Amino acid sequence: MPNIISMIIKRLGLGVLTLLLLSLLIFLSVEALPGDLAETILGQQATPETVAAIRKDLGLDQPPITRYLNWLGGVLQGDFGNSLALKKPISSLIAPRIQNTLFLTLYTAAIAVPLSIILGLAVSLFRNSYFDRITNTTALAAISMPEFFVGYIMIYFFALSGYFPSMANINANTPLLDKLYLCFLPALTLTLVVTAHMMRMTRAAIINVLALPYIEMARLKGAKPSRIIVRHALPNAIAPIVNVVALNLAYLITGVVIVEIVFVFPGLGQLMVDGVKFRDVPVVQATALIFASAYVGLNLLADIISTISNPRLMRQR
Amino acid sequence: MPARKSASSSSSDLLLHMKNIHIKGKSDEKWIDIINGVDLELNRGEVLGLIGESGAGKSTLGLAAMGFCRDGCKITDGSIHFDGMDMMSLSKDELRLLRGHRISYVAQSAAASFNPAHKLIDQFCEAPMIHNVMSRSQATEYAIDLYHRINLPDPDQFGFRYPHEVSGGQLQRAMTAMALSCRPDLIIFDEPTTALDVTTQIEVLAAIKDIVKEFNTAAIYISHDLAVVAQMADRIKVLLKGDEVEQAATDVMLKSPSEDYTKSLWAVREYNRKEQKKPAKTEMPIISIKNVTAGYASKLDVLKDVSFDIYKKRTVAVVGESGSGKSTTARVVTGLLQPRMGSVSFEGETLPAGYQSRSRDQLRRIQMIYQMADTALNPKLRIRDLIARPANMYLGLNGKALEERVRNLLHMIEMEPDQFIDRLPSELSGGQKQRIGIARAIAAEPSIIICDEVTSALDQLVAEGILKLLDRLQSELDLSYMFITHDLATVRAIADEVVVMKDGIVVEQGIKSKMFTPPHHPYTELLLGSVPEMDPKWLDRLLDERGKDNLGDAAIAKMRNQGLT
Amino acid sequence: MIYLQTLLGVLVFIGVGLSAGWVFREMLVFITSRNTGKFLRTAPLTACFGMLVIAIYIICAVFAPFIAPYGEADILSGGFEPWSSTYILGTDNLGRDVFTRLIYGARNTVGIAFLITALAFLFGTILGIFAALKGGIIDQGMSRLIDVLMAIPSLIFSLLMLTIFGTSVLSLVIIIATIDSTRVFRIARAVSLNIVQLDYVEAAKLRGESTSYLILREILPNAMAPLAAEFGLRFCFVFLMISALSFLGLGLQPPTADWGSMVRDNADLISFGDITPLIPAGAIALLTIAVNFVVDWLLHRASGLKD
Repeated sequence: MPNIISMIIKRLGLGVLTLLLLSLLIFLSVEALPGDLAETILGQQATPETVAAIRKDLGLDQPPITRYLNWLGGVLQGDFGNSLALKKPISSLIAPRIQNTLFLTLYTAAIAVPLSIILGLAVSLFRNSYFDRITNTTALAAISMPEFFVGYIMIYFFALSGYFPSMANINANTPLLDKLYLCFLPALTLTLVVTAHMMRMTRAAIINVLALPYIEMARLKGAKPSRIIVRHALPNAIAPIVNVVALNLAYLITGVVIVEIVFVFPGLGQLMVDGVKFRDVPVVQATALIFASAYVGLNLLADIISTISNPRLMRQR
Repeated sequence: MPARKSASSSSSDLLLHMKNIHIKGKSDEKWIDIINGVDLELNRGEVLGLIGESGAGKSTLGLAAMGFCRDGCKITDGSIHFDGMDMMSLSKDELRLLRGHRISYVAQSAAASFNPAHKLIDQFCEAPMIHNVMSRSQATEYAIDLYHRINLPDPDQFGFRYPHEVSGGQLQRAMTAMALSCRPDLIIFDEPTTALDVTTQIEVLAAIKDIVKEFNTAAIYISHDLAVVAQMADRIKVLLKGDEVEQAATDVMLKSPSEDYTKSLWAVREYNRKEQKKPAKTEMPIISIKNVTAGYASKLDVLKDVSFDIYKKRTVAVVGESGSGKSTTARVVTGLLQPRMGSVSFEGETLPAGYQSRSRDQLRRIQMIYQMADTALNPKLRIRDLIARPANMYLGLNGKALEERVRNLLHMIEMEPDQFIDRLPSELSGGQKQRIGIARAIAAEPSIIICDEVTSALDQLVAEGILKLLDRLQSELDLSYMFITHDLATVRAIADEVVVMKDGIVVEQGIKSKMFTPPHHPYTELLLGSVPEMDPKWLDRLLDERGKDNLGDAAIAKMRNQGLT
Repeated sequence: MIYLQTLLGVLVFIGVGLSAGWVFREMLVFITSRNTGKFLRTAPLTACFGMLVIAIYIICAVFAPFIAPYGEADILSGGFEPWSSTYILGTDNLGRDVFTRLIYGARNTVGIAFLITALAFLFGTILGIFAALKGGIIDQGMSRLIDVLMAIPSLIFSLLMLTIFGTSVLSLVIIIATIDSTRVFRIARAVSLNIVQLDYVEAAKLRGESTSYLILREILPNAMAPLAAEFGLRFCFVFLMISALSFLGLGLQPPTADWGSMVRDNADLISFGDITPLIPAGAIALLTIAVNFVVDWLLHRASGLKD
């Protein structure tokens, strides 16, 4: 057991280190910005005096290392600085949006994860049947579609006829049921894309395990096909499946950006895209850091769960 | 303990009757014959040995006896009757109820055939519980009972471990016990000891023999190793490429096989090259390994103070079981692994430790042939390019001269140049690939060739051909060989000198004739004593002489306690 | 009603697509050599359909000026003309012919995606094999660096980079190729790690071969099959990514015709029940589906041959 704890601590340490490196990378990439941030802000109206004033204002006259530490210190306390375009503290912009995006992601995950694992199990149980082939081909096609295509198709079929709204305009005060209704189409869009991925990967993970000699042994012991999947294949496929789920939840982060635009959803993705359009650097920095941290966190979690599920690592000789 | 099931249909002694079995397998979208019309009869309590080389269809036939076909195979014709039941007409569920219950299976690799996610005892109890033969507690009790019987260490706790916590030989014995969990009428043993070291093999053989005799279970014992089958079987059937060659009672089969193919299988073991005369005292060894201590990244030393010499035109066999450090020694000689202490010298001159710092000529004069000819040849290069590369690189041959040399080399390894020169490795058989590996080595015109288990992946007849070829090349080209092997029969066939290794230490070394006559070092004796002989009484005699507790791991542990290894 | 019609439409499309795939396969088998023909025979109908679609896209891309009725950026009328015999798919918000821009889009979007994937492969593969071959500190260092780069989701990373370097075609190509080459590095390294430990590479090392010989002659040819399949997958990924960026208004800039931005420019039509903006989106989907079908067949074949 001490083994496993030290292993988890090691992974956590590695994760924190990755995050630090990430923050440094994100910070430095802005340093590489051609020209001066102050000049960028002022554009045409730049005079040496105003530039100097803004530079002082933003702390640009200090050495990079001090600025990095200041920035990081601020981020850790939830202070991301001010938006250049909107002249507001970024944290006040992010707070409601992070809730919305989180809601949409969890909503999707709650549908997609159980659905895809059950489908994946069913498909591997009936592998090589017509059910398997059709599901698989459909899934492959679904993966290949850009999110905005799926999104607009949803709008075309379900919003024009008035069943569901095409704009998911929610805020912190929207009641939960309304939220679920308003966000149904964006969540469905994301679900379609992610489920297909997850289902295929679950199937692949299980089928990989099914080719191993101990599965043949179980068949030769007279175990039923369902027992073979549930008792013999599944425990050994947990690690790959957890990784699949984490990978796809992480993928959701990317998908969310596009879907938020299609459904005019007030989330973090939209904030980031607007930031990029207006070259609002602090906003882009902040959102990129949040998305990347979520991504790293998910992968870390998957890593730890799959370690715990493996008796070979849990009980070392 | 459960009562023995009564035979359901008749008092007849015939338990299994397979008639005119045809099995096809799908390969690259085409159906290929695997078994073409084999008959098999087995009486209650009888053990049938199935012998054949790879591709003979032994395992496929064994599985068919359970009414089971691997994915991509199908039984196309014939009938299988088990205890009077027509298995071909049983439904999937009815067949499932037979498997594990009345017929069970012991696979080649126990390490791969135990589910890594469950404890051994849970896997033992699975079949009895599926088939409602015993309750969980009964099954657990029975398992512990069997673990005692087959001499597993700490039998009361043994089952509560995961497969990865137990050694290979113990796992294989645990699998044998598991096959017995429902007290079946028939057990199929599919090469159960092939993946094990000789000293470990003995323990497993002893356990199997004991169990089969005790419970009077019928068995089909599949193996490519005749001496092993001879210990187990009452009757032996020889298969070749899906056809039956012949069958007879074990002693008859051993003494006077009637078919040529069977005779040739038997004869392989008699190949014996005569020992070269000893080198003169003044002669300089080609390779001299001096006090080499080496290991991989971790602190552990895999080799401890290893020293031996290899002289011109002589074959030194380095013998040992897995983990003995014999292949690591080869890596030190080739420079792939740099020793922590000690050195290797070539004709008296110390070689640089890493291959990167050796000169091209030093590299040229030490060549290597590998165990797996499949992975030793780049699959994307034609035979022509494979052999030409060293000749071009080291000897600067080009154009016509190079082509001439390649053809010449192909002649030397007894392969027709016109037929083979433009083929890819995938278009060759295993033995032919190994020959190409040899041609590539001699193309460099080396002084010594390191042969790393070059025959162990090959069928006996093919292996014999390779040994004869190596022998001929040695006298024609004045080569020295460092011959790494775990197989004592090969040592007997080709070596001049023998180096016995155990746990990274040279236990004993000397000329062959001396090594095969007593007195021996206790480990050498254990090793020699563990090699099965063609005498069906051999195992029983050995068990009587040494006793159950003086075999395999147990014996080695004793030696360790006495400080002998 | 609309659902039934759509379902019927989709079924007819599948039917026609698969039959066309069958005809295409027969045609290919007929015109190619015997060995290639035998190989093609193993292709399922989905893969044949995929190959057919890819062929059509390539033809459109190469011969765009001859197929398209108007010029790429010609403004022909007021915005949003309906479908008619003059403008087959109507005109867009600025009055440019949608059909014409669809054809040119094949050239621009597919061409750039292909260029980016090729660049990513050039760098990713060589570095990946190099790291696997050298091992030790070099491998560790390179892999850790790549791990950190890969810890940022690629769309987010490219948005960040585009903010800094602006949205020119050049920066688009360099940024996405760099991001994608980290993924290629990973896969190339993993594939080569398996090859590097094989005896024939060891034999070549012991023979005294140079690093470039080892990479080019011993490892690369044997890594080709998995890398080719990966190329297809990466192409889809890059293609979807630049389409997404264009859709966000950050990809190829006007007046270059590009499918992603065509969807964005005309998106408003959707709310009036006009499916015109779905067509370029569908064009993107169709190509990715096609490539994925072909890759799936190749991967399936490769895994089948292993055992």
